[in-house]
Amino acid sequence: MLKIEGLTAEIDGKTILNGIDLEVPQGELHAIMGPNGSGKSTLSYVLAGREGYEVTAGSATFDGHDLLSMEPEERAATGLFLAFQYPVELPGVGNANFLRTALNALRRSKGEPELDAMQFLKVARERMRALAMPEDMLKRGVNVGFSGGEKKRNEILQMALLNPRMALLDETDSGLDIDALRIVADGVNAMRGPAFSALIITHYQRLLDYIVPDRVHVLMGGRIVKSGGPELAKELEVSGYTSVQAAA
Amino acid sequence: MPAVSETIETVQSVTEGAYKWGFHTDIETEFAPKGLNEDIVRFISAKKNEPQWLLDWRLKAYRMWLKMEEPRWPAVSYPPIDYQDAYYYAAPTRPAPKSLADVDPELLRTYEKLGIPLKEQAWLAGVRPDADSDEERLPVAVDAVFDSVSVATTFKDRLAKEGIIFCSISEAVHNHPDLVREYLGTVVPQGDNFYAALNSAVFTDGSFVYIPKGVRCPMELSTYFRINAKSTGQFERTLIIAEEGSHVSYLEGCTAPMRDENQLHAAVVELVAMDDATIKYSTVQNWYPGDSEGRGGIYNFVTKRAHCRGDRSKVSWTQVETGSAITWKYPSCVLLGDDSVGEFYSVAITNNRQQADTGTKMIHVGKRTRSTIVSKGISAGRGQNTYRGLVKVAPAASNARNFTQCDSLLIGDQCGAHTVPYIENRCMTAKVEHEATTSRIAEDQLFYCRQRGLSEEDAVGLIVNGFCREVLKELPMEFAVEAQKLLQISLEGSVG
Repeated sequence: MLKIEGLTAEIDGKTILNGIDLEVPQGELHAIMGPNGSGKSTLSYVLAGREGYEVTAGSATFDGHDLLSMEPEERAATGLFLAFQYPVELPGVGNANFLRTALNALRRSKGEPELDAMQFLKVARERMRALAMPEDMLKRGVNVGFSGGEKKRNEILQMALLNPRMALLDETDSGLDIDALRIVADGVNAMRGPAFSALIITHYQRLLDYIVPDRVHVLMGGRIVKSGGPELAKELEVSGYTSVQAAA
Repeated sequence: MPAVSETIETVQSVTEGAYKWGFHTDIETEFAPKGLNEDIVRFISAKKNEPQWLLDWRLKAYRMWLKMEEPRWPAVSYPPIDYQDAYYYAAPTRPAPKSLADVDPELLRTYEKLGIPLKEQAWLAGVRPDADSDEERLPVAVDAVFDSVSVATTFKDRLAKEGIIFCSISEAVHNHPDLVREYLGTVVPQGDNFYAALNSAVFTDGSFVYIPKGVRCPMELSTYFRINAKSTGQFERTLIIAEEGSHVSYLEGCTAPMRDENQLHAAVVELVAMDDATIKYSTVQNWYPGDSEGRGGIYNFVTKRAHCRGDRSKVSWTQVETGSAITWKYPSCVLLGDDSVGEFYSVAITNNRQQADTGTKMIHVGKRTRSTIVSKGISAGRGQNTYRGLVKVAPAASNARNFTQCDSLLIGDQCGAHTVPYIENRCMTAKVEHEATTSRIAEDQLFYCRQRGLSEEDAVGLIVNGFCREVLKELPMEFAVEAQKLLQISLEGSVG
């Protein structure tokens, strides 16, 4: 279970997260919606451990691990995965090599044997077929020359391979056409189960037509101002964020 | 365990930025008296039982050296070197070995520790290709030079069946005097520069390779250099001759013990390629770089040059320079033959207080000659890394082409990267291109890797290897893997 209490964080002295309280029980998918600048991406970065954010109050634990005291790679080893809003390019680093290195790093931390190149390729190819990704994406540099949609699909492929227990999806739907959106949603839905939970950060409701969340939270001004069932997303679509703000 | 994976593991098992190869071997060593004068030159020549012409050649070089000055133009700084305060000859006292069985077991253990496979049996038994490749691995013939003397050359007999000569240069002086005399100093003359003159006067050993007409060398040839003795300079000389239509791939590696003093390594390498011949020369240079405060380390002042004498000849230099306190070297190609090709692929890392001033010279003389330069400089710690390159096109080199790409990667905020390209084009139809970039390892790249579970150092290693990929892919496969590990080790402790 992901448990966030009173989380307050600032960047360059400016408060972005202002006392977030949130619980995502194991096996549940929660969505966080909010207007631009409400702190959605900051929340995902603070949870994943990016430098440059100062946590001034509150706590965040995942299955009892104090996330905020851990290095990013240690958080990854607990099963936390962040699908980036803007996946990063690594020139010259082959996608297959990167994925295998990451997978083996996680396997090592779990005390599992590493996969050799052949074993890895077998697993990777299976997952790629499921995501309708062309195999040559394995040979290309990580995200180098990928279209926006390819980058997002690559994030989902990584998620499928690394098999996290908790995924943070940071606006994974932005910039996707409807076909790509469906592939991404299928990738997430395929992972749904009692051992997988996710926090889906999105600006728009449309992704939630394909991935139906257990709970929806509205983030505004650095705090959760409203929570509800999947119907809350539809309400927002109709009435907009300003209505929530007025009510709050 | 196959020798290759053994080598890799030797490199892999390094921890926390320590120089793995820094041990010293206790072995009885004979020195020449300290210092340098004509008597020392005569002493070396006599020790090697050399013919008169070679002694005269050395003395001529020595007299030239006396009148020369150390180059001051490289972007490196170091206290004055006292050339009288070093030994110019050090050799294990055992008589020269006739076969591997005669080699001092202590020496063999040293090379074993270094992961250098000298035992032919291991290779003959067949090294299994790893799962990544379907290629069959060929054995590598090794010439090992310990301090000043070649201690063992493997696979000689098998190579001799093809007419290939692969031996130490001392042996070549005795067994193939005509060849040595015909070519020695024709690519790098005695008076070429300060260090080349010094080398010509006191060179002690090195490798000699001769590939006859039309022969494709069936295996990688490799020389492994080790400085062991204290206060000794190492001056090896390598000469490779590829006759018409022949092909050879040669690799050299080097390490030294950790010492507080600086030791001088001034080598000369001469390559000659005739019509349609190809020489591929790869270097993985890992001399002791000194400690994090800049104490000790090798001064690597090396002259390497190739003559592409024949039409359509090709010379390709690939270097991975991770060691040495100071590196000063410019492996060059003089493209004399029409349609000849010169290539230079380089990765140079400077970490801590290391300094490197390295690059290449491509001299286009023949028609339609082509050259490619790809240089990747990585600076970390307080390292200073300079690419210095010359592309020169003579008036007759019509339609010559050059492409140069210089990329620098900075890690941290106390290092430096410098690019100094010289272009002298005297031919209207020539085309010379130069591209250069400087970048840092971005914070978002590191975070992306770490979020996927990689440690910070693994992330740096991965990103740096990606940055160097164009160069690393030019290395023979066995060594490419090793070089990748080496890059990562060289950068340990450079972030965070």
